[in-house]
Amino acid sequence: MQDLTQEILELIRRTSTDLPADVEAKLRASYADEEPGSAAQGALDTILKNVDLARKNSTPICQDTGTPLFYVHYPEGMSTRKLKKQIQDAVVQSTKKSYLRPNSVNAVTGTNTGDNSGDEHYPTIHFEEVDENLPLTIELMLKGGGCENVGAQYKLPNVKMGAGRDLAGVRKVVLDAVHQAQGKGCAPGVLGVAIGGDRGASYLASKEALLTKIGAENPDPELEAMEKELTEESNQMGIGPMGFGGKTTVLDTKIKGLHRVPASYFVSVSYMCWAYRRRKMTVMDSEVSYD
Amino acid sequence: MKKLTLPISDEDIRALKVGETVLLSGVMMTGRDAVHKWMNDAFLAKKVEPTEDDLAVYEAIKPILDGGIIYHCGPVVSGDETGEYKFIAAGPTTSIREEPYQADVMKHFNLKGVIGKGGMEAKTLQGCMDTPAVYFHAIGGAASLIAQSVQEVLTVHKLDFGVPEAMWVIDVKDFPVVVTMDSHGGSQHETVNEKSKKVLEELMQKS
Repeated sequence: MQDLTQEILELIRRTSTDLPADVEAKLRASYADEEPGSAAQGALDTILKNVDLARKNSTPICQDTGTPLFYVHYPEGMSTRKLKKQIQDAVVQSTKKSYLRPNSVNAVTGTNTGDNSGDEHYPTIHFEEVDENLPLTIELMLKGGGCENVGAQYKLPNVKMGAGRDLAGVRKVVLDAVHQAQGKGCAPGVLGVAIGGDRGASYLASKEALLTKIGAENPDPELEAMEKELTEESNQMGIGPMGFGGKTTVLDTKIKGLHRVPASYFVSVSYMCWAYRRRKMTVMDSEVSYD
Repeated sequence: MKKLTLPISDEDIRALKVGETVLLSGVMMTGRDAVHKWMNDAFLAKKVEPTEDDLAVYEAIKPILDGGIIYHCGPVVSGDETGEYKFIAAGPTTSIREEPYQADVMKHFNLKGVIGKGGMEAKTLQGCMDTPAVYFHAIGGAASLIAQSVQEVLTVHKLDFGVPEAMWVIDVKDFPVVVTMDSHGGSQHETVNEKSKKVLEELMQKS
């Protein structure tokens, strides 16, 4: 099997240092929207300058390179065991090159491993087999701790909020999550929402929802309408970039519906920061390309 | 835009108001979760006996912190093999995790400010009024840009906390920050919280 460690290292470098075009475009539009001279506009100005600098110098956009989340679609026949090893090695090598911060702390002892090696869950790697004629694709998302900390999982019904087991209830808890965050998690952020699942699947799906482009249309028209509504209403709260007060608090909302057991109704909100780092590489035979 | 050089005087701190942009220069120190807990446990609340190393580090950082600043930051730093350290990426971390300790740490060391993101709450706001000190908000994720303001990494203490959690002593030039909590009880975070809460209540009424 091909050794793709260096190519995966390149994916990590790009993801960490080069903000995707759709995110940058949305940030520029938000900058233009804010009041001239406001702290909000100043924050976006600094952010955009930083994006340029990081891309130019190949340095991390944000020092919290977060949890590396890999989503691998591999053609039938490839070894996931070997791919996993290559991914883990690429993470360690990227850390030596300062594309990633050594972010792996033993939760029991408090010791940082120093080289970004972790356990079976860190880095996080999801594998999905596809037809043997299709290319190998590896998507990487870097999700920082700051935004991870302001994610939330709700149970419906929520009596205090008057939220029942329907989309109206989902709307209420998501708005509550945005309010609680107060722009921490580096607003303007992006909301990944999952409806249903057990607790684990619900959170996992809320992050998978973040793999699409800004403004991507949800195939379900009801969810598409809700995504727009939530973004618009979140912004009405006026929390703004960094919580400074301003017009853009949320850049986009993405919702995924799952199945659930009758007794449970979870709504998971994964809050993604403005440094929305996700990139994809494609390997077809010996041809490697990056998005 | 105001330019301030460390150490900062009480007068200069009292003159700062919420919303002001400041460029900071001089020698400061990073410190986040592990550092604040260490300060609290070994020296403030005195839960554990400080080791010889703890005492030596304490003596070394005291003069930097007197009239100085702690920057809530876990940087990406190169040069761990040679000891020739360079800051590669150094944006702020979320400050609220230090809320239990911050006011006491500020008073103990006579800090004039902390730099971070997301603001802090009532206990720290009181600490700002008493010490006096302010909360300087740096731009979250402006990591490469802020790293450029670091002219030199002078030294590092407690590297056994790991690179992100160690005390990095740095000389900075024109580090841009916004005052979001001042020494007069003003807090941008409280204002935004109240305003957004009203809007949320209206939105929740709509079915």
